[in-house]
Formats: sequence, C-alpha cells, structure tokens
Amino acid sequence: MTARAVSLLMAGAFMCSAQVPFERILHADREPQNWLTYSGNLNGERYSSLSQITAANAKNLELKWVLQTRPPAESGGKYEATSLVVDGVFYTVQPPNVVVAADAATGRIFWIHAYNPSQEARLCCGRVNRGLAILGNTLYMGTIDGNLIALDARDGHQIWSVPVGRPEAGYSVTVAPLVVKDKIIAGPAGGEYGISGFLAAYDPATGKEIWRFNTVPKPGEPGNETWAGKSWEHGGGSIWTTGTYDPALNLIYWGVGNASPDWNGAGREGDNLYTSSVIALDPDTGKLKWHYQFTPHDEFDFDSTQVPVLADTTWQGSPRKLMFFANRNGFFYVLDRVTGEFLLGKAFVKVTWATGIDAKGRPVRVGHSTPEGAVIYPENQGGTNWYNPSYSPRTGLFYIPSWMDTHSVNTARQEEYQEGNQYYGGGATHDIPPLRAPAILKRLPDSGWGAFQAVDPATGEVKWQFKMADVTDSGVLTTASDLVFAGGREGYFYALDARTGAVLWKGMTGGQISAGPVSYAVDGKQYVSVAAGNAIFTYGLRDQQ
Amino acid sequence: MRVLACILLGVLALWAQEGHGVTPADIQRGEQIFVTNCARCHGPNGDAISGVDLASNKFRHARTDRELMDLIKKGIPGTPMPPGNYTDDQASAIVAYLHSMGNAPRSTFDANPGNPARGKTIFDGKGQCRTCHRVNEQGGFTGPDLSSIGGERRPADLQRSLVDPSAGIRDTNRPVRAVTLDGTVIQGTLLNYDTYSLQLLDTSGKLRSLRTDKLRGYELMKTSPMPSYKDQLTAQETADLVSYLVTLKGQTR
Repeated sequence: MTARAVSLLMAGAFMCSAQVPFERILHADREPQNWLTYSGNLNGERYSSLSQITAANAKNLELKWVLQTRPPAESGGKYEATSLVVDGVFYTVQPPNVVVAADAATGRIFWIHAYNPSQEARLCCGRVNRGLAILGNTLYMGTIDGNLIALDARDGHQIWSVPVGRPEAGYSVTVAPLVVKDKIIAGPAGGEYGISGFLAAYDPATGKEIWRFNTVPKPGEPGNETWAGKSWEHGGGSIWTTGTYDPALNLIYWGVGNASPDWNGAGREGDNLYTSSVIALDPDTGKLKWHYQFTPHDEFDFDSTQVPVLADTTWQGSPRKLMFFANRNGFFYVLDRVTGEFLLGKAFVKVTWATGIDAKGRPVRVGHSTPEGAVIYPENQGGTNWYNPSYSPRTGLFYIPSWMDTHSVNTARQEEYQEGNQYYGGGATHDIPPLRAPAILKRLPDSGWGAFQAVDPATGEVKWQFKMADVTDSGVLTTASDLVFAGGREGYFYALDARTGAVLWKGMTGGQISAGPVSYAVDGKQYVSVAAGNAIFTYGLRDQQ
Repeated sequence: MRVLACILLGVLALWAQEGHGVTPADIQRGEQIFVTNCARCHGPNGDAISGVDLASNKFRHARTDRELMDLIKKGIPGTPMPPGNYTDDQASAIVAYLHSMGNAPRSTFDANPGNPARGKTIFDGKGQCRTCHRVNEQGGFTGPDLSSIGGERRPADLQRSLVDPSAGIRDTNRPVRAVTLDGTVIQGTLLNYDTYSLQLLDTSGKLRSLRTDKLRGYELMKTSPMPSYKDQLTAQETADLVSYLVTLKGQTR
C-alpha cells in the first residue's frame, strides 16, 4: 500500500473524530501521515515511512507555509518544540508555553492557548518547551513554572493543571510528555537548582499522580547509598527529554539529568544514581527493571537526557532487542534493552574525560572538575545534547547531530544550597556561545564546528559525516526514501542522502534550528516541518503545473 | 592571573571613583556568582547577548544599584532573564562585580596617565594609525573602527594590542584573507561565515559576500595584519596613545 493510500484510508477513518486512543499511538507506523508523539513513534527512531519526497525530487522542495510567533510568545526564546500532526491539524508550542493549533496544509491558525507562567519560573537555560503529547481529545503540556496541564485539542481550553514541582525551588517542566497506555509520563527539569528529581505517571483525566520513581533515591530506596551523607537531598536527576516505550517488554526507557551541584563532586562522593543514566521502568507501576549509568559521579553537567532509541536488529549475527544512545558525554552506546547489558561504547567526538568504556560498561575516567579548572573535551554542551538522533531501519545507520572539537574549562567550587538559587558548584567556559546569542559566526573553526554523523551501530564506526561551519542544535528525521532532514545554527535546513550524506536540497530559514523536524501528509501530499528562529517552516514538493 | 588583575583593577576603580565600602572580597564573591550563574547566558565579558553589555556600566532596566539588585533578584518579566532568588548580599556582590568590569579601564588609565593630545598626534602622524583605523568617519577599513574604543576596551587591553596585536584579537575583529579562482586576493574583516559563504568588510570599506566554491581558498587569520609598536614607540608615546584612545567614546557618532 502506498503512503498516499494509507493517508487517504486513515483520513477517512478519523474524519469524524479527532480522538487519539492509545492504540493509534502504539501503531503510529500504520498512519505515517500523522505525527502523534514526540519521536513520531514510541521506539524513538524518528523515522517516517512516508516516501513521496525522494532523492530524485528533493530538488523540487519549496516552502509551503510559515507560522511566525507573536506575543505573548517570546520572540528570541529558543523554539525547541517538536510539533504534532493529527489528521490534518498541526499542534505546536511557541516559547515559552503558547500552544497553537493550525491547518497542517496551510498554516492557518485554528486557536491559540497562551499559558501565562508564574513569575516564579526559573530556568537554567532558556524559557523553553519541547512539545506536546496527545491522548483522546486532550493535549498535555509541561509548563516552565512546574505544572502539567491538559488542554482540549478542539478549542484549546484548559481542562486541568497539576503541580509537578514548585517553581520557586527551581522545578520546571520542559519535556514533551509521553503517553503510555492510560498514563501521561513526565518529570521536572531543574538540575541546575538542586531539585530532587523524579519521573512520574499522571492520570490523563484528572492529572492525579499515579506513581513516582525518584531519580535520586531517598533513604531506604536502592541507590541512596551512592550518595555521600545527605547530598541526595539536592541531588538533581532532572527529566527534560522524552523517553521511549517497548510494548512487548512493557518497559519505558528514560534518560536522567545531571547530579547537583553540577561541577562540584566533593560532598556527593559515590556514583550518584540514577543521574546521568538511562532507567528502564514498568510503566504500570514505576518500578525499576534496570538502569545503566553513562557518567557515574558526573562533574561536567553531562546529563543523559537524550532519546533512548529502540531498535530490533541483529547483534553479532543474532536478533536482539537493542537500545542506541548517543550521549552528551561524547560516547555512542549500544545496550541490550531487555537486561541493560552494555554491548558497545565508542566516542563519536573528541573525548578526554575518559579514555574509553571498559568491558563492564564503566568509563575509564581520567578527567575531573577541579578548583583550578580542567580542560575537558567535549565542552559542557556535549558531543550532542537534546537534539534528537534518528535511526533508519532501512539504512541500519544511526544519525547523530554532533558538536566536533569543543572543550570547556570545568571549575569546581564549594557552594551552599539555597532553595531557588542556581546550584552549580562551579562552572564551565564555553567554546560556543549560547544558542540565542547573535547568529553571527566569526570564531576560528578549530574551536568547534558542527556535523551530522551516520554511525554503524554494529561497530560505532562513522560511515559518513556532513560538516557544517557552525554547530547544530537541530534534531534529525529519516524517511523511508532514505533521506535525512536536519538543520543547524546557520539556518540551513537540509535534505541529505541517508546513505552518503550528500546534500540533495537545502533551504534557508534565516534562523537557528533547535528543534526536531517532523514529516506528515495531508491530502496525499508529504510535508516536512521544523521550527527555526521564531517560526515554523513547512516544506513540500512543488505542485505539478 | 588575568582575573586577579581585573579584580584588583576593579577594586581600585571602585575605591577611587565611588568611594563606598566595596571590598575585594565582595567583588571576588560577585565574580564567582557571575561566572557561575550569569556568564552562561551573558558570556564571561558580559556581552554575549546582543544589545546588552554588562561591562558598560549602563543598564537599560535599572538606574540605581538598588534597581539593579532588584532586577538580578526578580528577573525581567517577558525576557529570558530569570529571577535569581539571591539574597541582598549576593545581589550586591554581583552589582559590585559588574561595576568592576565597567570601571577597570579607567583605573589603569589613572595609574599610568599619558597625554591625550600628544597621543592624537601620534595616532594621526608617526603611528599612521588612520591608514587602517577609522575615528569619527576618517580613516581606513583594514582594522576596526576605533571611534568608541575607549568605551569598549580596557586600557590594559589597548596597550597589549599596540605591543602584541595578535594576542587579543576579538572575534568581532577577525581578519580574513580570501583568494578568488582568478587569483585575486581579497582581505578584510570577517563579519560572518557559514558552510557555503563568507561575509566581510574588505579593506576598501566594501561589503562583500563570497561563495566559497568560487574561491581558491580562504583563511580566517589568527594573527593580526597590524604591526607591533613595541619598538616603534617609546613607553611614554605608548601611554600617550592609549590615553588618547581612552578618550574615544563615540560621542560624535
């Protein structure tokens, strides 16, 4: 069945109802004309089976519509949201928490819901939101002042709001929630404010918390012994990038943020579980099945808040359920997602904090933050970051937005915790200016540049590398026609050949791209859409005359 | 060491010019808070956000130190500047550090005054500075416009740039040299570049955007085309020249 036939069939089936039961999200691959969840599907591949746009016709891509932010959205804020598309309706979040529903074919707005966050909201790194979740007729959004809210997808009115954490103590919710069965899964950011992190499940109808897993365990909980003294009290372990779900194993996988204070490990001696780890939980109960810690005793603010990508492929000749994880700490990992067993760890950028990963999966640590300041590769923003990777089951390659040859001087400093104050315990210099600095590039290329890298997960070898003068904060999308869509700080949005990295097409958005692209179809026409600068840019093929 | 020097200079400046009870410890504490909490967005020099220069001693949203402290504590609604939840003491330390950044240049100047009038003569004559630099619309385009340099750089930095021009090239003054396919050399100041092109102000004052696939090659230079004045000017002449540069505050622009 062609993508167009699927599109028409599904459009017919859901024409009378905007309802998105979980079954639709679970089988999102059956309706590629929609983008129903953060990564497009629950396995995090961010792979679209749409194939109308091909290597041969990509040169005919053109801008179809632009949706610009207007107040009360904050222009100049970082537009990091992945949009959703449901049966021809496009849902996005303009920074900080302005939800917009628009016609996915034209960009005409149906409604706007401008959530007004409390003045108490405090964010380390921008008043951002990474996207929505949908279930039934309801949209779910985290707010920068620490709430989870439910909106009616038909008119945008707010149904309920529940506190996830107290904004005056540095709790915010920037993650796009994940719908798993009858639960909304989310957790708080705030690893720079010494929060006590957790991942939680909420009732879609009421917002009532159903379970909570403490990412920094309390006394009596396993893992608390990995924190010296009372350091667990303000240990961080934030949640700010969306996880994934394996229905066969009934496990959710989630990356956990840094230990607090970020740079000063003195006083929190130990591995500091489950910070800078990936956790595998039972979504019905929140019980931990396994964990793997990428950066034990993190002293560089590396977090581990990337999307854990789930792939069913072969490992050393045998079928195996795998997880691919390109970590901010500079290593690409392959884990067995049934058990958490470490299978491979290989640097994809220059790394100096560890010489490698030992056979048991523990980094061979050689670098630390020091009072004098220590030069560490990669820089504080990492070899990659929240920018989502993509895995194409067709090419078998894993695509990583990468920051090449960057370093920070990491300084540790004694600091007392005070509620609501930033709690860094030091700091890092940056090779690269913050994202919202002027989009002008003058620095020498030897102090950091950007690349999309295609990695063979079987070996960790880089198969191709597409170089950019500036770094990128863009996510990656792959399609069934073997295209890679991605952008960067320069403002170019690219279609690359997924097998070679060759540029097939590029468009100039005039703004920095710091979000993940999505693909969808309306009336049988495929679109590719991404946030850039202060706007959404949506591309499609030129209509035949 | 440089940080320490700045702190000391800042202290001198505050004591000399404002006369209130700011101690070196206050500034050092303010610096620590700044580096940890503020520099991530504002940059180490306080100028990473377009249109905001924390080291200028000019604050758009605050007229007094008290207002500046309140701003630091409460943030600026509707902007990315978040509330900091600092104590008065911490906010005061940050303010002290910000002032030290802004005041540091004049302190060096005070410590080693030259003669601005003699400095101007050197600038226009012996130093041949206008060949490459503009002041108030007069001069060349090879180097940066110096019309407001006295409000932008610390005297110590100016002195260093005269002696060792390549030591402190700011990205804003990045020299670039490109060679076209037909062998033409184009030199200028880099304004921007990306994967496919360079944007520059060439030495004739013309804005040029060059496609890199139309170039034989190009180089973003780590060294300055400016000659060192180490052996060309006496210590007194250098001090005079610095003292003249410090007076350039861009009033006529």
